[in-house]
Amino acid sequence: MTMKTSTRQVDGVTILDLSGRITLGEGSVQLRDAVRDLISKGSKRILLNLAEVNYIDSSGIGELVSAFTSVRNQGGELKLLKLTKKVHDLLQITKLYTVFDIKDDEAAAVASFAK
Amino acid sequence: MADSIASRYTYTLDSSLESVNRVEQAAEQIAQKAGLNEDAVFQVSMAVREAAVNAVLHGNAYDAQKKITASFENTGNALIIRIADQGKGLDITQLTDPRTPENLLSGSGRGIFLIRSFMDEVHFKQLHPGTELTLIKHFTSAPRGM
Repeated sequence: MTMKTSTRQVDGVTILDLSGRITLGEGSVQLRDAVRDLISKGSKRILLNLAEVNYIDSSGIGELVSAFTSVRNQGGELKLLKLTKKVHDLLQITKLYTVFDIKDDEAAAVASFAK
Repeated sequence: MADSIASRYTYTLDSSLESVNRVEQAAEQIAQKAGLNEDAVFQVSMAVREAAVNAVLHGNAYDAQKKITASFENTGNALIIRIADQGKGLDITQLTDPRTPENLLSGSGRGIFLIRSFMDEVHFKQLHPGTELTLIKHFTSAPRGM
């Protein structure tokens, strides 16, 4: 039920691998803390890998938006990688598909960040 | 604690995230048992979760003295789910469309929108105190019993 996070660096891009559920409470808080931690460490190119995120609620969607704006306000970029169908559909319904830069291929996603 | 009369189940629960998860799981099980397809089960369980979050978070504000109630009914033609809180009430005239440019980057305000997107009918009732949301999913093919 809970969410797990881990980070790795690929060509100057910080990839945050998430798995599980991003929902009100633990999942949303973990995502918020993880992104805040990356921002505080100076990460400006962040790729959220959502391949293993099987569920997200409105709170989790809001947290993705907050992460996006927080990174952008610091002069950075946050992109999304490998959405599951459910997450994809939710971002489409809420029109957030037009806000996020969403990638399916990790190498292409990493290469797409401004150097 | 659940009481069952015919095909109607009612739960009275604390104002906690654990209750939200329990109500969501109950919705998923009842939707599956009713024979809804995978997408419809997801829609019902998510809508019910969002309604329960509203009840616990915005309605009762995690007040330990206040309860939420969730009732599930399979009428044979539809699933009717009611989620009620004992909070200060919800002013639906204040609800905004989260898809508009001024709201698109908001960190909240998508719960009711998702509920309305996923259910066939959504009704709001003021309870004095509290709010009751009625969520209805019509069956498009013959359902199974609860």
